Amino acid sequence: MLLSLAIWVPILAGLLALATGGDRNAPLQRQIALAGSIAGFLVTLPLYAGFSLSNPGMQFVEHRAWIPHFNVFYTLGVDGISMLFILLNSFTTILVVIAGWTVIQQRVAQYMGAFLLMSGLLNGVFCALDGLLFYVFFEATLIPMFVIIGVWGGANRVYAALKFFLYTLFGSLLMLVALLYLYDKSGGSFAIRDWWKLPLTLGSQLWLFFGLLFAFAVKVPMWPVHTWLPDAHVEAPTGGSVVLAAIMLKLGAYGFVRFTLPILPDASRELAWLMIALSLIAVVYIGLVALVQTDMKKLIAYSSISHMGFVTLGFFIFNSYGIEGALIQMISHGFVSAAMFLCVGVMYDRMHTRNIADYGGVVNTMPKFAALMMLFAMANCGLPATSGFVGEFMVIMGAIKVNFWLAFAAATTLVFGAAYTLWMYKRVIFGAVANEHVAALQDLNPRELVVLGLLAIAVLFMGVYPLPFTEVMHASVNDLLRHMALPKY
Amino acid sequence: MGVDFIVGLPEIVLLAGACTLMLADLFVEDSERRVSYAITQAVLLITAAATVLVLLGSGGNLLYAFNKLYVADLMAHLLKLSAYGAVSLALAYSRQYLLDRALLTGEFLALLLFALLGMMVMMSANSFITVYLGLELLSLCLYAMVALNRDSAASTEAAMKYFILGALASGLLLYGMSMMYGATGTLSITEVAKQTGALSKDSTQHAFLIFGLVFMVCGLAFKLGVAPFHMWIPDVYHGAPTAVTLVIGTAPKLAAFAMAMRLLVNGLLDLANDWQQMLAILAVLSMAIGNITAIAQSNLKRMLAYSTIAHMGFMLLGLLSGVVGGNWRNAPDAYGAAMFYTIVYVLMSAGSFGMLVLLSHKGFECEKLDDLKGLNRRNPWYAFLLLLIMFSLAGVPPTVGFYAKLSVLSAAVNAGMIWLAVVAVVFSLVGAYYYLRIVKLMYFDEPVIAAPVYEQPQGVRVLMSVNGLALLALGILPQPLMAVCLAAIKGL
Repeated sequence: MLLSLAIWVPILAGLLALATGGDRNAPLQRQIALAGSIAGFLVTLPLYAGFSLSNPGMQFVEHRAWIPHFNVFYTLGVDGISMLFILLNSFTTILVVIAGWTVIQQRVAQYMGAFLLMSGLLNGVFCALDGLLFYVFFEATLIPMFVIIGVWGGANRVYAALKFFLYTLFGSLLMLVALLYLYDKSGGSFAIRDWWKLPLTLGSQLWLFFGLLFAFAVKVPMWPVHTWLPDAHVEAPTGGSVVLAAIMLKLGAYGFVRFTLPILPDASRELAWLMIALSLIAVVYIGLVALVQTDMKKLIAYSSISHMGFVTLGFFIFNSYGIEGALIQMISHGFVSAAMFLCVGVMYDRMHTRNIADYGGVVNTMPKFAALMMLFAMANCGLPATSGFVGEFMVIMGAIKVNFWLAFAAATTLVFGAAYTLWMYKRVIFGAVANEHVAALQDLNPRELVVLGLLAIAVLFMGVYPLPFTEVMHASVNDLLRHMALPKY
Repeated sequence: MGVDFIVGLPEIVLLAGACTLMLADLFVEDSERRVSYAITQAVLLITAAATVLVLLGSGGNLLYAFNKLYVADLMAHLLKLSAYGAVSLALAYSRQYLLDRALLTGEFLALLLFALLGMMVMMSANSFITVYLGLELLSLCLYAMVALNRDSAASTEAAMKYFILGALASGLLLYGMSMMYGATGTLSITEVAKQTGALSKDSTQHAFLIFGLVFMVCGLAFKLGVAPFHMWIPDVYHGAPTAVTLVIGTAPKLAAFAMAMRLLVNGLLDLANDWQQMLAILAVLSMAIGNITAIAQSNLKRMLAYSTIAHMGFMLLGLLSGVVGGNWRNAPDAYGAAMFYTIVYVLMSAGSFGMLVLLSHKGFECEKLDDLKGLNRRNPWYAFLLLLIMFSLAGVPPTVGFYAKLSVLSAAVNAGMIWLAVVAVVFSLVGAYYYLRIVKLMYFDEPVIAAPVYEQPQGVRVLMSVNGLALLALGILPQPLMAVCLAAIKGL
């Protein structure tokens, strides 16, 4: 019941906001959206409170017939791997609603409605245990995001929205064929747990691997199918960027742990070299690309790709450090990238430019903002005692167990990450006041302070005391590794 | 003999209704055409009631009538009911459109009802002759309807093209049927089915049968509008008044599907291995040509015409996945999927062409892509409905278009034709582009027409809302319609 609430409370709130009509009801619509997002977060809290740490399987399971014709069930459940993402998503939705409070003045209902609908759908992706249900949620999230980028985005929004949609649709459609193949092979079952037990030959595993790889790699995004992300991020409104970076990118990575690793363990091992190579390219090469960006949002977008490379790396070294580290990295990246995009949004709302060159000396006029952004920038480089450190450290630990040079290559991200983040920070925040626009800047208003403050607390808490995040994963991750070690055919 | 007339009650009622309409219309003033319109809707309603009556009376069992020339089974009933719905919906959408253009004449309404009668005969045909009769009745009415706007050169040209190509296709179909007759000595579909199995074991006879089969499949392909027999579709869809396009683009698809089922599945299932290969080529070509060419269109009606071609190609995926190596374990699922696809497509098509009709008004035809620019500003509700329709056509969940694609893809994968499924999804990606472009025009662009959207009567707006939201509702709960389609196929 809790999981259904986590999905449907935001969706209903979104529909309610949409039903209130035009912009003359904007204040009401904002209040509905805020109430809906807070209610949506509150209903997810019992998931954490009532979570059993020793149970590696699915918890809070709901199971109802949905389309008996295809043997599709409305099956929901979370384990240690997915539970935190539902909380993260519901939490992020509140921030997005607050962040768009005054910035969005046109078509407020549609904006708020789209984000709330998306929040519910994203929760659905993370707790669907039926392959088709997963696919429906996975695809349905494209519609609100497409509209968000296209309607409230920047100058080149149409191109970005179409590119985003078509890239991800291509991946998902191949995944659909793979899911249908699994459905056929399992004798007509869409239950993900049934697919875990399927004895598949290495040949068919490899085909399925590539079918799923496209869908997930595009979403992550992995090099070389990452090119939609910088475009989408640059053109999306701040809220869109936040949800895109904090949650949507996680869908692809989540797909790897939920589908690829357990269902196709042999193919995963067989192709681990490929995945590791692509991940390292993302970490190193995209890190370098980030270094030369002149647009702040683009820089953070590339930094996201680089960080997500760490996540895929962690998955495909097949030990508990790697997988847990990758999951932690996903959550931490959810906080940090959201915060970074919000910081850029704060500046953009005042200056209407994202060019690094247009800034300089912001610390003189916005000291509070500069302090908070410093924290997030440090977290983005993976400084110890911030959340960014925990995941990266765990993945590097896991990588050392496999191969020293692998760990070495991965660890270069700490250098590149620090380089591009801090260099940007230096150019934007420090130095002399660049121009009269910067001189006229107003520091954070209370609303912005609340949003960034909440994220700052999360980043610090997770960095200093990560146990509450890691302990829920242990049982499920170990179970996954045990399952992968079993012979499949 | 008396039973025969009861089984054929819906057709008889419709025929009587159509004749009544023609008579009554003589006494209706031009300014009072609404009366004729009301009679037509009433006739449709009574015919539907008659169909339900027969359906309940037969308990869903298969009944033959008129020396097995005519069959009434669950599939026929279901398709007929869908066809009444589609025709009635199309008529309701286009009432104002036709009134504005002085096209709501007795001829139009009578032709519409006779076309429907033709469709019903096709759906219930159990003999090559009956199929052909129904088909000709339908086609002749449609030719005339396309040319209804006598002063329009485009319409006349479209009608000529349609007529000439249609006549050619009918000829091909007839030629194929005569070959079948030569091989089996019978025109009855049930008899043909009994004989082809044994005949096809003899290689000479088999070659003879295949020869006929090729011609029949060509004729069918033309009527379904699949590539490479699709050339008439864009011209006719474009040239005909939008209200007539709306009619052509909906219910006749159901009839064409029924014809394919009657001829290929009821009659020639033993040749499935042969016709499935032909359909596979047609399907791939249609999906490719339809989706790729649609991108280049700047006219909405032409774009939707190419989209139809692509969708019929998709539907064929279901028809061609039934029999695998002589094993028809999956056949009901596959044919059920094709039927589900057809019905869903008709619903989407009614919505999309219906929206064009609603957005047109006196002196303005909404048919260019740019006419949709900024619709979200002008009328957010229409824009939202059209968004649902477009995503459904593109096959994005949670709309029902996704489940239609899912069921035919699933049938293809079950039949081991994974390559075909991959080809299909790649082309549906291409297709997604031009559906998205419509959404882009409506939501992301500024309107070129500043005036608010022309106010349609309340009832029509409610109908359109129901039509659009049905795509969403059926997407969230697709089970009932799927189950009904499966039951219909199992009752063959």
